[in-house]
Amino acid sequence: MDFETVIGLEVHAQLLTETKIFCSCSTKFGGAPNSHTCPVCLGMPGVLPVLNRKVVEYAIKMALATNCRINKSCSYARKNYFYPDLPKGYQISQYAYPLAEHGYVLLDVDGEQKKIGLTRIHMEEDAGKLMHDEHNPVSYVDLNRTGVPLIEIVSEPDMRTPAEASDYLKRLHEILVYLEICDGNMEEGSFRCDANVSIRPKGQKEFGTRTELKNMNSFRNVQRALEYEIKRQQYIVEHGGAIVQETRLWDDAQGVTNSMRSKEEAHDYRYFPDPDLVPVIVDDEWVEKIRRELPELPLVKRERFVNDYQIPAYDAGVLTADKALAHYYEEVVRLCLSPKAASNWVMGDVLKFLNEEKRDIRNCPITAVALAEMIKLIEDGTISGKMAKEIVEDMYKTGKAPQDVIAEKGMVQITDEGALGAVIQKIIDASPNQIKDYRGGKDKLFGFFVGQVMKATQGKANPQLVNELLKKMLAG
Amino acid sequence: MELNQLTIHELQEKIKNGAVSAGQITESVFQRIDKVEKRVHSYIRLLKDEALAAAEKADNDIKKGNIKPLTGIPVALKDIVCTKGITTTCGSHILHNFVPPYNATVVERLSDAGAVFVGKANMDEFAMGSSTETSYFGPTYNPWDLTRIPGGSSGGSATAVAADECIASIGSDTGGSIRQPAALCGVVGMKPTYGRVSRFGLIAFASSLDQIGPFTKDVEDCAIMMNVLAGYDPRESTSVQAAVPDYRQFAGRDIKGWKIGIPREYFIEGINPEVEAAVKKAIALLEKQGAECINISLPHTEYCLAVYYIIAPAEASSNLARFDGVKYGLRAAAARDLLDMYKKTRTQGFGNEVKRRIMIGTYALSAGYYDAYYKKASQVRALIKRDFDEALKKCDVILTPTTPTPAFKIGEKTDNPLQMYLSDLFTISTNLAGIPGISVPCGFTAGGLPIGMQFLAGHFAEDKLIQIASAYERTAGMEKRRPQL
Amino acid sequence: MISRQEVEYVAHLARLEIDDAHKDKFTAQLNDILLYIDKLNELDTKGIEPLSHAIAVTNAFREDGVLDSLGTAEALANAPDARGEFFRVPKVIE
Repeated sequence: MDFETVIGLEVHAQLLTETKIFCSCSTKFGGAPNSHTCPVCLGMPGVLPVLNRKVVEYAIKMALATNCRINKSCSYARKNYFYPDLPKGYQISQYAYPLAEHGYVLLDVDGEQKKIGLTRIHMEEDAGKLMHDEHNPVSYVDLNRTGVPLIEIVSEPDMRTPAEASDYLKRLHEILVYLEICDGNMEEGSFRCDANVSIRPKGQKEFGTRTELKNMNSFRNVQRALEYEIKRQQYIVEHGGAIVQETRLWDDAQGVTNSMRSKEEAHDYRYFPDPDLVPVIVDDEWVEKIRRELPELPLVKRERFVNDYQIPAYDAGVLTADKALAHYYEEVVRLCLSPKAASNWVMGDVLKFLNEEKRDIRNCPITAVALAEMIKLIEDGTISGKMAKEIVEDMYKTGKAPQDVIAEKGMVQITDEGALGAVIQKIIDASPNQIKDYRGGKDKLFGFFVGQVMKATQGKANPQLVNELLKKMLAG
Repeated sequence: MELNQLTIHELQEKIKNGAVSAGQITESVFQRIDKVEKRVHSYIRLLKDEALAAAEKADNDIKKGNIKPLTGIPVALKDIVCTKGITTTCGSHILHNFVPPYNATVVERLSDAGAVFVGKANMDEFAMGSSTETSYFGPTYNPWDLTRIPGGSSGGSATAVAADECIASIGSDTGGSIRQPAALCGVVGMKPTYGRVSRFGLIAFASSLDQIGPFTKDVEDCAIMMNVLAGYDPRESTSVQAAVPDYRQFAGRDIKGWKIGIPREYFIEGINPEVEAAVKKAIALLEKQGAECINISLPHTEYCLAVYYIIAPAEASSNLARFDGVKYGLRAAAARDLLDMYKKTRTQGFGNEVKRRIMIGTYALSAGYYDAYYKKASQVRALIKRDFDEALKKCDVILTPTTPTPAFKIGEKTDNPLQMYLSDLFTISTNLAGIPGISVPCGFTAGGLPIGMQFLAGHFAEDKLIQIASAYERTAGMEKRRPQL
Repeated sequence: MISRQEVEYVAHLARLEIDDAHKDKFTAQLNDILLYIDKLNELDTKGIEPLSHAIAVTNAFREDGVLDSLGTAEALANAPDARGEFFRVPKVIE
């Protein structure tokens, strides 16, 4: 039987605000346990939440960047359940009236654009952390993370392959980081993803029974977990079994998903409007102000790079994957006016060096100015491409300007016609036999003469000039 | 008259002209407490040392001529407002040892105004009750008849004022918890507009209904207290940024030409005839002062109680989820695992009435029932508010009895929750509509029990309530009867 | 009408235990109250916007500036069982 896979994703992104969503405690990661807490986020009696304006602004940014319709009025609801990492016994979230709905993200699937719908984006608070004791039947609670702002981004069940899901996640991640509203760190949990996946016979309209996958903390694991889960579901169906609707945890070490024996009976969260918080009204003026502040988004930048710089889509993709890299590239182009050369040097040598050291473009020892200078030196013939390969490596190691590296190494190209002419004349004079053969029709010997010139000049001769002069002088 | 029997404004005069010191006033209050507290049980906790120190500081301020609106005035706080460093129990076993690291906003406002805190007043557990019988720390007794309830849930705050165990006090009102005990104890009690007085630090019962307000010996004192309590608080999202007038200016103005709405739905069968007679007498008095009484209708009145007994428990079921034995308060010993710990802690920590309301609220919000209960109630709540909006277009204030009956006997209704709930019949609508109300004494039954009536006005019209209540009080010439203890 | 079974389910949701001796009485009391509440069904509320706030406040925000936290010691001061820098709880049974 041929199956089709249906995948929908729920992404939780921690917002990069200074303070928590409903109190003024710091959101910084890594403080001493329970040090970033106050009566509000500890859920002490009598205290009240007050919404951080920046949380709304960041959420609106994401909504705009993903083509959502922003609701004029949205409000908060309480999701009630007991757990030690949830000090109030309820999570403040949005339910009936989310911030934004009906958005989409564009993916490139086999060279064609595919729209992945976003059901909604809403704001909520994060829970704390629970650590289980390995030896005793107890757990430890750290409430530093309690109240850190999150946005939840819920997709439509629009993805059909694990690769699409992974690609969608990367696009969302890229947008969040571009907007500078989330640091995107999957290991520390600032970008988390749950997946709903089901299969159905090709051609069938109705969805199959889905499972929810959790605990995948990298793009790769999302893809692996989905691939495993699809195979598992297919196996069951092909053997006459039925899929159970349940939550399954990805086990990275074993490479399998395991049923999370439901801790409790079916959830009954008893959502109702939070009476301690008032509606958030987002008027056009506010939206437009935020829209004006939006940076150029990855997709738009990519298209612009292809059109304006005439570089391949692939190159544009690499260069725009990181906003800082794109900025670096554009600086180089602005200064050297050679988009293709700039793209080759950035994608080739610079990225290679950085990747080797796992370094970020923001800390690249070669400044955009220096790289542009080097490219200009190649183009005006001061150095050859071959020389540049050596120079750029030195620039990376020392952080020096190309001119300094060249001066130190004495690597200036010989471009003086007179001087080069003299060298060529000497070679002609010393090679009477070859001249004879060449003039007699052995064109191949041209290469011999080029080699002789390069040898004599230790490779510093400008190749084009060598060609030109040799042709003229060999002709006699 | 002893100092502890005087009003705020009377004491202020004496402080200003140097006739008495804050120390003397505080001493007189604690002497009274020594005498009657065992029989009345107004307090869960007394703060004598703190109060004497605060009085000493007040006397230093007075010497320097730095006299604020409540300098040296002994005030009792319902044990539902958080006091930094002082155990705050909310009348519950589950919080018997909770020491808040913060003050409620009203505590800071009172303290900044120079008030001296006498103690934490007794209350129904988590403010759930109309009689102060559900307190984990034992009931409070009505000073007018110690076999009767003082009303609730702010019973201790009401009796502390009525028995002269303080000069004024703070209570909270979710469905009548200030006005009802004020009426049953013969004192003045005001529930301000929702959003007028900060709820920050008020342990939540039903967040969309709760409001803090004062108990005082007369209406002018109520105005003085409101001057201190009212105002915007950035720590509360539902706090309102509206100008606060000097309420004291409105005490003493006449009410000529005012229209007073008398809602027919509040004069019904089952209302105690002595209560009805007292209110009718008051109506006649107000008319004599130039006010015109008109009949109005609040057609959805009969649904108020049902709406309230969905919304309040629903919100409470969520508000009380934080009492789980993890961060503070009681934790049951010898639990097998987390679930067992939760259940044992909450079962041991909450009394029956609290459990009952958590159950109703949880049920009303649970899967499949939300629309039938919570949503339906919220829709009817909109109709109830609309009733008041319409009625208040036709009149300046509305007048009703505060309670259908005078104080009932201790234990009389404890086994019949619904009967108990019915004693809030006249006060609940105010909270649902978010409007302010004031209860003022308007006489006594033949048996010597106090009777109260309430004035209601539109949002933020506390000034009108002060004006009409003080006008009534002045001309009614209420005998200065005091409970015999 | 709420059944004894529903009372048990709701008690579990609310993390309460109602002992058998009280269960019937409790069920009866809850039913009295719910029966009274049924009164609301006399009213047609179609199209009426539910009222969740009695006053019309919107957009109550704070600015994104850090203020002092309590710190670990004070955060744990009221805890019935604190260990080191953590709240300690009995294990969760999976």
